[in-house]
Amino acid sequence: MRPPLSALIGLTLTGLFLFSAVFAQWIAPYPIDASAGKVWEGPSADYWLGTDSIGRDILSRLIYGGQVTIFVALASSALAFSMGAFLGFLAAVSGGFVDQLLSRIVDLVMAIPSLIVALVMLSVLPLNLTVLILVMGILDSTRVFRLSRAVAMDIAVMDYVEAARLRGEGGTWVIFREILPNALSPLVAEFGLRFIFAVLFISTLSFLGLGVQPPLSDWGGMVKENKDGLIFGKPAALLPAAAIAALAISVNLVADWVLTRTSSLKGGRGG
Amino acid sequence: MVDDTLLSIRGLKIEATSYPPGEPAREVTLVHGVDLTLKRGRVLGLIGESGAGKSTIGLSAMAYGRGGVRLTGGTIRLNGRDIRQAGPQDLRSLRGREVTYVAQSAAAAFNPAKRLMEQVIEASLAHGLMSRPEAEARAISLFRKLGLPNPDGFGNRYPHQVSGGQLQRAMTAMALCPRPDLVIFDEPTTALDVTTQIDVLAAIKEAIRDTHVAALYITHDLAVVAQVSDEIMVLRHGRMVEIGPTAQIIHDPQQDYTRALVSVRSLEHVEKPPAPPVLQVEGITARYRGTHFDVLKRVTVDLPPGQTLAVVGESGSGKSTLARVITGLLPPSAGRITFAGRVLSPDLKGRSRDDLREIQMIYQMADTAMNPRQTVGTLIGRPLEFYFGLRGAERDRRVQELLDEIEMGKGYAQRYPAELSGGQKQRVCIARALAAKPRLIICDEVTSALDPLVADGILKLLLNLQALEKVAYLFITHDLATVKAIADKIAVMYKGEVVRYGQKSDVLAPPFDNYTDLLLSSVPEMEIGWLEQVIAHRKMESAGN
Repeated sequence: MRPPLSALIGLTLTGLFLFSAVFAQWIAPYPIDASAGKVWEGPSADYWLGTDSIGRDILSRLIYGGQVTIFVALASSALAFSMGAFLGFLAAVSGGFVDQLLSRIVDLVMAIPSLIVALVMLSVLPLNLTVLILVMGILDSTRVFRLSRAVAMDIAVMDYVEAARLRGEGGTWVIFREILPNALSPLVAEFGLRFIFAVLFISTLSFLGLGVQPPLSDWGGMVKENKDGLIFGKPAALLPAAAIAALAISVNLVADWVLTRTSSLKGGRGG
Repeated sequence: MVDDTLLSIRGLKIEATSYPPGEPAREVTLVHGVDLTLKRGRVLGLIGESGAGKSTIGLSAMAYGRGGVRLTGGTIRLNGRDIRQAGPQDLRSLRGREVTYVAQSAAAAFNPAKRLMEQVIEASLAHGLMSRPEAEARAISLFRKLGLPNPDGFGNRYPHQVSGGQLQRAMTAMALCPRPDLVIFDEPTTALDVTTQIDVLAAIKEAIRDTHVAALYITHDLAVVAQVSDEIMVLRHGRMVEIGPTAQIIHDPQQDYTRALVSVRSLEHVEKPPAPPVLQVEGITARYRGTHFDVLKRVTVDLPPGQTLAVVGESGSGKSTLARVITGLLPPSAGRITFAGRVLSPDLKGRSRDDLREIQMIYQMADTAMNPRQTVGTLIGRPLEFYFGLRGAERDRRVQELLDEIEMGKGYAQRYPAELSGGQKQRVCIARALAAKPRLIICDEVTSALDPLVADGILKLLLNLQALEKVAYLFITHDLATVKAIADKIAVMYKGEVVRYGQKSDVLAPPFDNYTDLLLSSVPEMEIGWLEQVIAHRKMESAGN
């Protein structure tokens, strides 16, 4: 079956972003912090998208920035999913005290706006990529926990899970062999959405100065560096902002398509 | 001469797009050129197994195709005009006015947020057929005709406040309210208990007779359709097999397939003599957590090795709960279970691996009893691996042996459940249970979701396997024909208690207690006029009391 046009656009753009992120070193026309031209130059044959507040090539910085943005977002989503899904399944399968404990902790974390939690944690912790990924991953895992717990609850009442319990199977088999394969499709679609939120989150943090630190750069940081140019009519800040939007929309289109293809929780057309 | 033909279908062809798992979508033909004629005031029964196209054909009488189904060929003439070609405007004025529909699951068809009256008269008002007071008066008279309690106040209730049987009758009232020419009954009693079914069936039959409406009555149960219809059309794989007057189809079927359908309930089983039990259930009382009443009350039954105990009762009688207690899923509040000479731990966690292995379970819905992401080989192979440590080629060989035992042969081990038919799925579940070499298999309504012929095959297979493996069955069912076909002992349950228990021949012989009598007399028999006889008999008895 051919994917619909919206999904094709999404796939192409997402592919393009991933490709430029992976091969940044070879694609980017200039090194990341080479001060090459004059400040806030317009687009030209040398600098396709112009230069930034201290005269660096914007295209190159976009390509390198995408690398950091996508890597941090991917790593934190992956962490959020492995933690959230495992604990969510565990809560659904165990029920009782374990479920209550985990769910209330998650409620507690979710009750405080994650941006505030992140700001507080990042102000006291050392600022590096590992800490950033850990903080974002843990905060995001609460949402994944909720989803996987709900999905697993639906699956845990199926007769085949009861049959496995009657056979005497332990929790590991039930979680990894009975529940996980059947919960995978909704989780994969959710991964796309959580990835977008991670992109937006890391951009927000960098814009506020608590995210990716110089000399590394990401798109949120680039908006911050160039925002003053807007006053003088220099559009340099809009380019990284547009990149964030384009990535979010294209991944969203792909996630939508995956979700419609795998809407059945019971296997169905998923696969 | 006045032409009294109401509905005339010629060469009806119905197609749909199918999405088989892992394969490209393709077009399938559901109905291959079916013809039928229905005169005013007559009832035509459409019968066949699932996938025969009976509901699809039934709905075509209002030019409707469910879920992407398309009416692609032939003519459907209703009241003299071809409705297959009709535009949306015409169809809207036709549906709910000339043709109405009664669905199988009334509970799912009613809007839970609206009172019954509102929904029963909705179509009549929407089509401007009558004023609100007229419509309400008509609804109340229909409630009375259908034998609903307190007809004047019945319409003020919400769907959840009435029973399943009453809801089904309310739906019949809804269908009859706009004085249609034709009502499509789509399995209206299939989801009901036998004791409820008989009342609903009698009410529907009387209402059809009194209102002179024509009806298409769709069901898979020949004994039911024999009670209400003038003619029967037998369908299979979207083609007509046979059509004829009800008496001819029942007593003198012309086609092999119809003959098989008629004789499906004739399986008989010779009862085995009493023997010392392998399973003893003594004084079991149980309730679900967070509730305040006992679902099981002092239940005591036993079961000898290699024999079958049938547990019979309507929904809510506690028969499935008994299975949960025996398997350890629901620890009882009192009583004990002895199995093969040892007292079983009331809780699943306290049972040894051998206890678990020797009691296996087969479920009603084979669909949900198998993990859709595991192959047949994994499904059957896992118990072998888990209990006996079989691996690799040894395991595969044993899986194939089991597949042979359930008469499925080669080439199935790699398949996923979605690639099997309903009967095959249930067979795989049987093989999975057998893989553990159990001494007791609990069968929870294992044939209820299957077509009669397929169910027959499953019962025969179970009997053969019992003779071969000497395994005991605790067979939970609401279907007395199944009980007769398979049981050595019977326990009749009602509201959590065993009201009658013993060898099959004793339980099925008079004198009966009230409930067993009601249950036994409610099972439809393939005989014209059976319904009237039973109703008349009951009226006489209640008059006598």
